[in-house]
Amino acid sequence: MRRPDAPRAAVGAVLCAATLLLPVAAALAAEAKGPHGEAPMDVQQRELDRLLPPTDVTNAPAGLDPVVWAAFVPKDNAMTPARVALGRKLYFDPRLSKDGTVSCATCHDVTRGFTDQRPTSEGIRKQIGKRNAPTVLNSVLLQTLFLDGRSPTLDHQAMMPILNPIEMGIPDEASAVKVVASDPAYAKAFRDAYGRDVTMQDIGRAIGAFERTLVFLDSPFRRYVEGDAGALSADARAGLDLFNGKARCVTCHHLSPSNPLGTDNRFHNIGVSARHQDFEKLAVRAVKALQEDASEKRLDELALGTDLGELGRFMVTKNRADIGAFRTSILLNVAITPPYMHDGSLPTLWDVMDHYNKGGEANAFLDGGVEPLALTESEIDQVVAFLFSLTDRRFEAENRRQLEAQRAAAAKSRAFRDDALANRKRLPFEDRVMGGGR
Amino acid sequence: MRAAPDRSDRRAFLKRASAAAAATAVPGALFTPVRIALGAGEAGGAAFRFAYISDSHLYGRDLNDRFARALLRAVDDVNALDPKPDFVFYGGDLAQLGQEHELDLGARILERLKAPLRIMVGEHDWYLDMGARWQKLFGKPTYSFDHKGVHFVVLNSVIEADFWTRRGMTPMERMLTVAGLDNGVQSPFTVGAPQREWLQKDLEPLSDEAPLVVFSHSPLYKLYKNWNFWTDDAEEVQAILKRFRKATVIHGHTHQLLTHRIGNIHFHGLLSTAWPWPYAPQGVPELTIQMSRPDPFNSNDGCGDGEVCVHADGRLDTIYNLWNRNPITVSRRYLDSGGAEDAPPKPNRASY
Repeated sequence: MRRPDAPRAAVGAVLCAATLLLPVAAALAAEAKGPHGEAPMDVQQRELDRLLPPTDVTNAPAGLDPVVWAAFVPKDNAMTPARVALGRKLYFDPRLSKDGTVSCATCHDVTRGFTDQRPTSEGIRKQIGKRNAPTVLNSVLLQTLFLDGRSPTLDHQAMMPILNPIEMGIPDEASAVKVVASDPAYAKAFRDAYGRDVTMQDIGRAIGAFERTLVFLDSPFRRYVEGDAGALSADARAGLDLFNGKARCVTCHHLSPSNPLGTDNRFHNIGVSARHQDFEKLAVRAVKALQEDASEKRLDELALGTDLGELGRFMVTKNRADIGAFRTSILLNVAITPPYMHDGSLPTLWDVMDHYNKGGEANAFLDGGVEPLALTESEIDQVVAFLFSLTDRRFEAENRRQLEAQRAAAAKSRAFRDDALANRKRLPFEDRVMGGGR
Repeated sequence: MRAAPDRSDRRAFLKRASAAAAATAVPGALFTPVRIALGAGEAGGAAFRFAYISDSHLYGRDLNDRFARALLRAVDDVNALDPKPDFVFYGGDLAQLGQEHELDLGARILERLKAPLRIMVGEHDWYLDMGARWQKLFGKPTYSFDHKGVHFVVLNSVIEADFWTRRGMTPMERMLTVAGLDNGVQSPFTVGAPQREWLQKDLEPLSDEAPLVVFSHSPLYKLYKNWNFWTDDAEEVQAILKRFRKATVIHGHTHQLLTHRIGNIHFHGLLSTAWPWPYAPQGVPELTIQMSRPDPFNSNDGCGDGEVCVHADGRLDTIYNLWNRNPITVSRRYLDSGGAEDAPPKPNRASY
């Protein structure tokens, strides 16, 4: 149980420190809903206008080193206003799905931290996939795309959900191109942007160009690093110390001015799937399935539509060391993208802390760096306070809403908490070797 | 034994592994997890296989349970092998400081092995009580056995001359001294005259053609004295093995992929389940393709277990099942050809 006297007031104090305009669009989103529960496209577009006023997209976004940014813009897809505008239009266009109900923005909702805030996402015909939608925010800086890294670039990644039978369900590239090219406005926009008729690759490129503008780095933590000592509360500052020390977060969640995302871009098994999967058996089945068909499309379908996706990075590399491993999550704006982990199985950041505090979930492939942490309840609160300080100020309202919602949910249930494991009173290997006794 | 298709899978895999440094994905390559892939040798087929686990260095529960988890993982690995190994060889240093609770924990975990266990002693098992507890649990440290036409010998190669009595050391001081590196206090490891005589006699009935595998905890050659990667009477032991045309020495202790050949004798080091040592600053045999630098953020990296395929001709392939990397096979062909053929894949990072 959580201690009722745990200090939390300071968390709220940080979040209230910056006074911002309350986004009207977000308030409206609570009322009207799209076919899959997302904020309607027009509401999302208005919210996006508020978040990103017109700017010169050929320059690096605010707060991002131009050299770093340039390294993430592909040579064949230089940033131009025409490409970004086209990509933005495609991003919100449900015609890119088989039944006309799903757009990129369905699962990467502007009003929900560019995720759907659901455990796993809903595609056409109300099909539920097996993966939690990762945020598009700052994804320009990722070295691989998808949680198993099966796609190398944003431009490439953007094509795949359109063709995935669970997500948007367009049967093949030709059909997708046809849908877009049949709209004269698109046909012209593609010629303007890329100087040629519509191709599947250019659909991906345009969406990728738009997504590269979604850079949101302006967090209290960043301002603190830049010298504003008051940007973080005492709790968040204590949380930062724990983040870099006892809680061991920084081992994988690198956070620095040159690497601001909070991810090492590597893949780690932290045992999330081990709660309900036998990795060994799954791997044998996966090898068989991939021997039959190892195409990119098949891999995409297996990852999203079958329990083989629980193998994570292994499906891409077939390397046993990658069994059950997923890419370290981006930590920037993490507070507004619940629920957590590749399957969305952890509802709040308190649950995330509970998971790590007990040393993850024991399994043969558990990452060597995952250990029980023996964090106290107030230490957990401090790390969570720090995590809530990683949200861009433009999402201030949603951050505050999430803090209240997650705190309330965590007060009701902490399903993943295990103090005996966290404090090494119980060691999982002993349960097996000694039958629980010593 | 498995049928022919597996062989091509394995070749494809090995090729792929060597290319893995450059490519993120190799289309068309058929990977099979090591336990499935290694069904057959490159030619002629394996006469039999055994698995190995080594150097677990178990601590008491309150100090460290990571090493216990690692040993358990190795036991799980070995138990899941398909086809099953004929036996499991344990390469020594089950305990960190030879304490009863460490050795007992190790014995408890090793009980879970489905295949029969053959075990060797290491210095970390020995120097607290001079092997009393270890021998109570596992029997004599020096023995031999025959399996499917191959003669196996297990030695205690970590015998040190008494450095403790005149210094008035307690048993734990003695143990800690032996457990340390770079100290001038302890004596070098030896097999010792009595054991060498025993070995000579044990091998006497065998013809020069008889396939022979010798297990020693320390390498039976001189690698780097400061770390006791060294057996002081190695040459005398080698002289006993010299007449055999198919002799192999398998050792623990060095916690790394090590490959050496002296005349007809092939040498293979075993992986540790606990930690990888860096390579010694000098003395690393030329034939060794060094595992690259372990990832300091992943305590599994550079650790693992493995298998040995003993071929009908009495030569063997050693498979290093690295937990955080693709498996590496050091084949008889590589050693027989003096490194000219079938070289293991070069790692994609510098060693140290």
